[in-house]
Amino acid sequence: MTGFQTILLLRHELLLIVAAVVIIIYDLLLPAEKKSRIIHFSMILFAFVLLLGLIPSAPGELFGGSFQENKLTGFMKDILNLAVLIIFLQSGGYLRKTENAHKMAEFFVLIIFTLTGMDFMISSGDFLTFFIGLETASIPIAGLVAYDQLKSRSAEAGVKLILLSALSSGVLLYGISMIYGATGSIYFRDIAPEITTSPLVILGFIFFVSGMGFKISLVPYHLWTADVYEGAPINITAYLSVVSKGAAVFIFAVILFTVFKNIIHAWESVLYALAVLTMTIGNLFALRQDNIKRFLAFSSIAQAGFILLGIMGTGSLGMTTIVYFILIYIFTNLAAFGVAAAIFDASGVETISGYKGLYSTNPKLSLVMMLALFSLAGIPPVAGFFGKFFLFTSAGSQGYFILILIAVANATVSLYYYLRVVKAMFIDKNDQPIAAFKSSPTMRISLLICSLGIFFVGFISGIFEYIMSLSSMLF
Amino acid sequence: MTDYSYTLLIPLIPFVVFVITGLFGMKWKPIVSGVMGTAGLAISFVLSLLAGYQYFFASAVESYPTIIPFNWLWLSLTDTLQIQMGVLLDPISVMMLVVVTTISLMVHIYSLGYMKGEKGFERFYAFLSLFTFSMLGLVLSTNIFEMFVFYELVGACSYLLIGFYYEKPSAIAAMKKAFIVTRFADLGFLIGILILSFYTNTFDFEKLTQPGSDIYHNIAGLSFMGISALSWAMGLVFAGAAGKSAMFPFHIWLPDAMEGPTPVSALIHAATMVVAGVFTVARLFPVYYFHTPDVLIFIGYVGGFTSLFAAVIAITQYDIKRILAYSTLSQIGYMMVGLGVSGYGGEAGLGYMAGMFHLFTHAMFKALLFLTAGAIIHAVHSNYMQDMGGLRKYLPITHITFLAAALAISGIPPFAGFFSKDEILAAAYHSNKLLFYTEYITAGITSFYIFRLYFGVFWGKNRKYEHKPHEAPLNMTIPLIFLALASTFVGFIPFHNLISPDLKPFATESEPVLITASVLIGLLGIAGAWVLYKKENDMPEKIANWLGGLYTTTYHKFYIDEIYMFITKKILFNLVARPIAWFDRHIVDGTMMGIGAMTVAVSDKIKRFQSGEMQQYAFVYVAGAILFVLTFLYYFAG
Repeated sequence: MTGFQTILLLRHELLLIVAAVVIIIYDLLLPAEKKSRIIHFSMILFAFVLLLGLIPSAPGELFGGSFQENKLTGFMKDILNLAVLIIFLQSGGYLRKTENAHKMAEFFVLIIFTLTGMDFMISSGDFLTFFIGLETASIPIAGLVAYDQLKSRSAEAGVKLILLSALSSGVLLYGISMIYGATGSIYFRDIAPEITTSPLVILGFIFFVSGMGFKISLVPYHLWTADVYEGAPINITAYLSVVSKGAAVFIFAVILFTVFKNIIHAWESVLYALAVLTMTIGNLFALRQDNIKRFLAFSSIAQAGFILLGIMGTGSLGMTTIVYFILIYIFTNLAAFGVAAAIFDASGVETISGYKGLYSTNPKLSLVMMLALFSLAGIPPVAGFFGKFFLFTSAGSQGYFILILIAVANATVSLYYYLRVVKAMFIDKNDQPIAAFKSSPTMRISLLICSLGIFFVGFISGIFEYIMSLSSMLF
Repeated sequence: MTDYSYTLLIPLIPFVVFVITGLFGMKWKPIVSGVMGTAGLAISFVLSLLAGYQYFFASAVESYPTIIPFNWLWLSLTDTLQIQMGVLLDPISVMMLVVVTTISLMVHIYSLGYMKGEKGFERFYAFLSLFTFSMLGLVLSTNIFEMFVFYELVGACSYLLIGFYYEKPSAIAAMKKAFIVTRFADLGFLIGILILSFYTNTFDFEKLTQPGSDIYHNIAGLSFMGISALSWAMGLVFAGAAGKSAMFPFHIWLPDAMEGPTPVSALIHAATMVVAGVFTVARLFPVYYFHTPDVLIFIGYVGGFTSLFAAVIAITQYDIKRILAYSTLSQIGYMMVGLGVSGYGGEAGLGYMAGMFHLFTHAMFKALLFLTAGAIIHAVHSNYMQDMGGLRKYLPITHITFLAAALAISGIPPFAGFFSKDEILAAAYHSNKLLFYTEYITAGITSFYIFRLYFGVFWGKNRKYEHKPHEAPLNMTIPLIFLALASTFVGFIPFHNLISPDLKPFATESEPVLITASVLIGLLGIAGAWVLYKKENDMPEKIANWLGGLYTTTYHKFYIDEIYMFITKKILFNLVARPIAWFDRHIVDGTMMGIGAMTVAVSDKIKRFQSGEMQQYAFVYVAGAILFVLTFLYYFAG
């Protein structure tokens, strides 16, 4: 393999590292009064990272099989890059606040570092690379959550996340060590044939699921979610709920489909229980939240439960529905978080009751928010409906109809709380609604991208078929 | 072979009009949107008539073909399971094209007068266009998934239009109710579709309804809780249909939906959207007939019960729109009975044909009844019968047109309803006596309540009106006259030559005894209403007093709404929501209570931080993991 081919296989990771270093150096060179230039610079730089990442490469592996790159992982990394670009576009307003003036570069650099970790995790071919990638992704996130370090809530959230994350990583590593003990290898392809339903493997497997359950915030491993989402700056919350979760779901599914395919009946029943618990509990708690971030936190827990239905389908159909859902989820959730961030930056309001009468003063933002909520609720014909529908189809292909019934009932319940926000914005009267404001151009670009995604991803059937063609090469 | 590709324009024109008026309507004078909507629909109407003429009358055929002039591959899930968006023409979809565009055009014209000067006039027309597009898309769907998408769209339009007067709390409550009830029904529909398509590997109506097709062998023999899997699927599909068509027990949203503007009630809640359920059953009729006859007869019984039940309630109501709403429920029940008792092939398909025939005639006379009710409300500014009486002098055109519609619904020859209702009764008579007698009695009650309404509004005492009621303007009376003519004459269309389950024309024999009996019971009902309501007297009150509790129960619509409230509020709320709220408040919030206080006092924060809920989170986490380990170790390795 030539050096150029190696670089091409590692293009996403290398680009991210280069981008992070360039931002650090540029930040050092900028005089103190011109620091805010770093914002637009990073956005443009990251747009190039996204574009260069699209360069195609033949599938291949590196480091003796520890690093696996193929069309599907490449696609997954591209959509994560897109999500991060959208988040960057949305964070200008927040970073321009005076208390953040001295640490703008950190925001971008830390996010890029965590993304690098996720990219390695997605491409991992053994448990060690997987674990290192996961930790590289987790530790800077705690720093990001505590970014408002002078606000006690943000600091508290950061500490909570790092402590609980350490616990979950410990459990995960413990599980991996048991699987290593049972099979004698850390390479996915060597482990797969050795997996049986021996007690040691089951023990290891459950600990592995518990560790991943923390990252994806599945019930009962979800308790950190609401506190951390609420305490973190809103753009970081968006990052946690979309990018971090998306990457974890992807590798989780890959490992289940490849490493644990021998004990499929065992993990499907574990996932069955987790899916029911997660959807139901996430929904029930979302019913009465007033803080928009907590609300979206519980909504994202419920959505994680729906994603498990896609995993239940296994094989290429399961994989396709998951990636497709993540793509739609990126547009949908980032639209909702973007509007919440724009409102917070302009007025400091972050409660649903504070949104009353928003339509009368900021009709466009209200419409974007409504679109996003419709998509989260899965109302046809917006994209979210198709995402959910395919997840259900995936579970249906294995005959899990009772589970689908529970999921559809949950989706119906979720309508209630999503529409509650729509009602607050459009119908409820308010003498003093949030004053009309104009959000920054980059914010508006990001919301436009998200709205177009919500409108069209469902209708352009080529996208689903393209993902299907990528994943059917692998599974 | 005739080229039918122009039929694609029929739904597309209203859609384009919707996009244009929706985007720019607010910038123009309101009337521009109204005229654009009406003109666009007039084109669709002409094209539909053309399609109807070409399809049915242009060439004589042995059997009507199923034509798919346009089918765009939308999503392909697997090589065999694909979803298309397309246009399917067969006798019932062509008939529905004519029905939908006719009624919609009349409502468009009528609303130019009725909605004049209302706030949101252009919004109203934009929604009407969107609804018409969705409804046309629904009837033209080539596959069940496409149909589901349009099901949701018409539901959304109905939701928006019921809540058109969104400043009225009752309108908001009604729109919510309609949305939630139909949403639950659609849930069943979606699951039904998934089961059906999973086993048959297709969404296409053409493949599903092919008699003797082998696609059902995968599902044969599967059963769940003693009922076959296919019956579950088709039963769940019917649940969706029952939600849209407001069959018992999903009927509760329709009477409340009368909070919407009256033209909307005429279009959506009388003639088109509410018959979508009937249309769905008819569309899938061969599947029901050949594979799940148990579900088919169940549909018949649900229809029969709903028709009797709703007719009884209609007798006691005073709000004229609500009377018509219950009457709609009752008549849709008739159509379901027609389908439920029908057979397949030749004369056995009489019930199917009659159900579709009744759908057609009912659309005409029920839309007319609603539009005349609108004219009455327009004139006296009240919905209640008590505020009306002697109106025949003031509103001559409304009076005559209402009378035509009332005679049609009562089944008096030669008005349209006579032919279709008589054929439903005939079909029921030959296959299910119980349903026959139910419908026969209902026919009598129908003519009684409709003439109670007629005499109460147009005859009865002459009351003094504050403003002298005056006849509606020309753009409202023209649709009335048109529909009155339709209600009088469409019964003569030879439907048995046009529509049948196996697409072949068949001959019917008239049965003089049945015809005489059905006319007699209609006349009996009218006579009863004549005696009680023609002149003001105290007999109705005496009867009501004499019936006592029975009357009150009926007046309160058998307390179905209250039962729903009891189930949702009392049982669900107390048994499910309360404990969860308690858990949430005490267990979860209790541990997070500090958040507000903490920002006030740093010391409090530190204290909470050290002894707070972190350990609890960690505890739940580890406990969850251990619980899973124990369960699954026992389960798999034990």
